[in-house]
Amino acid sequence: MKFIHYLEKTAGVDIFGIISLSIFVLFFLAMLTWVFKTKKKTFSEISRIPLDN
Amino acid sequence: MQLEKFHYDNKIVRAFGYATVIFSVVGMLAGLWSAIQIYFPQSSLNFAPTTFGRLRPLHTNAIIFAFVGNASFAGIYYSLQRLCKSRLYSDKLSWIHFWGWQLIIAAAAITLLLGKTTGKEYAELEWPIDIAITLVWVVFGINMFGTIIKRREKHLYVAIWFYIATWVTVALLHIVNSIEIPVSFLKSYSWYAGVQDALVQWWYGHNAVAFFLTTPVLGLMYYFLPKAANRPVYSYRLSIIHFWALIFLYIWAGPHHLLYTALPDWAQSLGVVFSIMLIAPSWGGMLNGLFTLRGAWDKVREEPVLKFMVVAITCYGMATFEGPMLSLKSVNAISHFTDWTIAHVHIGGLGWNGFMAFAILYYLVPKMWDTNLYSKKLATNHFWLGTIGIIVYAVPMYWAGFEQSLMWKAFTPEGQLKFQFLETVTSIKPLYVLRSIGGTIYLVGALIMVYNLYKTIKQGRFIANEEAEAAPLLKEASRKKEYWHRILERKPVTMLVLSLIVVAIGGLIELIPTFLVKSNIPTIASVKPYTPLELHGRDIYVREGCYTCHSQMIRPFRDEVARYGEYSKAGEFVYDHPFQWGSKRTGPDLAREGGKYPDSWHYNHMYDPRSMSPGSIMPQYGWLLDNQLDTASTPAKIRAMQTLGVPYPPGYDQIANRDLMVQADSIASNLKKDKIETPSSAEIIALIAYLQRVGRDIKTDPKKTLAVNKN
Repeated sequence: MKFIHYLEKTAGVDIFGIISLSIFVLFFLAMLTWVFKTKKKTFSEISRIPLDN
Repeated sequence: MQLEKFHYDNKIVRAFGYATVIFSVVGMLAGLWSAIQIYFPQSSLNFAPTTFGRLRPLHTNAIIFAFVGNASFAGIYYSLQRLCKSRLYSDKLSWIHFWGWQLIIAAAAITLLLGKTTGKEYAELEWPIDIAITLVWVVFGINMFGTIIKRREKHLYVAIWFYIATWVTVALLHIVNSIEIPVSFLKSYSWYAGVQDALVQWWYGHNAVAFFLTTPVLGLMYYFLPKAANRPVYSYRLSIIHFWALIFLYIWAGPHHLLYTALPDWAQSLGVVFSIMLIAPSWGGMLNGLFTLRGAWDKVREEPVLKFMVVAITCYGMATFEGPMLSLKSVNAISHFTDWTIAHVHIGGLGWNGFMAFAILYYLVPKMWDTNLYSKKLATNHFWLGTIGIIVYAVPMYWAGFEQSLMWKAFTPEGQLKFQFLETVTSIKPLYVLRSIGGTIYLVGALIMVYNLYKTIKQGRFIANEEAEAAPLLKEASRKKEYWHRILERKPVTMLVLSLIVVAIGGLIELIPTFLVKSNIPTIASVKPYTPLELHGRDIYVREGCYTCHSQMIRPFRDEVARYGEYSKAGEFVYDHPFQWGSKRTGPDLAREGGKYPDSWHYNHMYDPRSMSPGSIMPQYGWLLDNQLDTASTPAKIRAMQTLGVPYPPGYDQIANRDLMVQADSIASNLKKDKIETPSSAEIIALIAYLQRVGRDIKTDPKKTLAVNKN
């Protein structure tokens, strides 16, 4: 159960970086789109939830 | 539509609230006692369980998991019900959660004082308790998600997102960092070693701050601040961006605890970059909180709850500005290992967490007992005592950190170190005294709160089940105008999965290469596994919490190399389960301690540190001279190490004690030459063996390294 496994070659490891960067960028784009497309009225409704009880 | 009648469960909130109050006092007392020991070592009572190395973990664990933990659970269970318009999913689970958590705290207090520790900061609890934490956490999760699923409110308010992210990330962090091989019922070794252990530990350690002390409390802020100010949060849109950006960035920041260490450079840089970026969401959150009070500052003057919240949020802003600054390498070179870090965390702990918890208690108790706060004046006094306490605590610690660091780095014109290590300590002793005064003031404030809450409770009548009514949530038949994002925002499980993905990416990318890429941990041929006696000694070192005051990590700076010796290399720690780099140098670094002093020096020093270094603030460890080494556990320890990949020869576990005795006898006879009579079975022998071994494997030229050592 030795927890040391070495990668002997680093060819192709850049894919990890590319994938993670893509996920990062796409995720934030999606989030920002959502945040700015949603109507202000919806948000102000939601933001009143704590006050309504 | 037919309104449904139901009841909110206040009893569970009350239970967690009581626990919060009790453990705030217990945790602060442990902290105060530890603080006093630093300038008055005799106050350790020369008793192992109350000595700094064991008391300090008790303080940190009590504050984090008992005080802030219980406060968060109280606040979450109160707000979750109301935000979901539903009673908690299961009363039974609530109580299992409550009693399970309190039992864990009790077990933690006992085991930590007995020296049962894994030696990893804020994750000191041994494996059976780790398992219990996991189980209780699952119970909490089921209860929370069950409540969310049976809710009567369409939207998930942003506070709930913070709760979900907290749950998911703490689970991930706890499990990954606590993987360990049990040796006996209350002893285990970390699965990871050295650099890898350090990286996992600080990935955990930093995110324990992020996801145990920050995200749940931010969730509470987003609920209780609008409640107390009676107005919605300044910008709901900002709160969403705040949430996602915060959890996305936080998870990467851990390596900033390891700047200039033997951790690979790319990982350090990654930690720095993400730490800097963290300013944006943190300040977004802070401003969102403060702006909520726009046009309502007159209320702040009247209402103690808001007073506490304003200072809490301001402290959050200060700490989250300072954090990124501290993660700049050039600043970190000064701040790390000094009291600056202690000041920083106490701005967060006393200011952000403490004041937020107090605010919530002041809000909840009158509400749940259907009365008014007994005395606003007392609460205001508490507020001022707390605020002054924070300042009197933090300013001396900033000063101490700066002063000591500059003294460490000072050279004479001839190129010699200007100050002995001990001189740098004695010069900041008065500041340690001031710090404990600040802590006392803060504690007095908390005691006033206890009295005030007690009187409030006495004058009120507890509402165990608060009546409420709401329309049930209907399954919407058609969703023609529903956008994907709107659907997402209502789905707790989707939120859970998304949060997990978001935090897992950071964790994986940071951790995996250190485990996979060989060049990240270069092996050093002369680095050999510890002998059985040294291994026992190392376990004693861990048990006594030596790492709470001594680092084992020489950074590649001129002054550190001159003071301690060759800087530390990643390959030196490959057999260190767990790593013991430490995070604070109240005493000198020990990474090259081996061979610096004769065995008899260590013996006398452990018996009375001040006999060897007058003015030292180290506690006495007299019991190490009397305790007998538990050699019966040697085979199990060797086997555990073999399982972890430490290359002892096959079957060595059976003969290890023979080697152990040979080495112990030689140390005992060494001591005898210096007129010290001690049985070779005493624990001190093992500790000396370990201390004489530390850092020696790569000492190629002993004369040269001895010549430059000055501490």
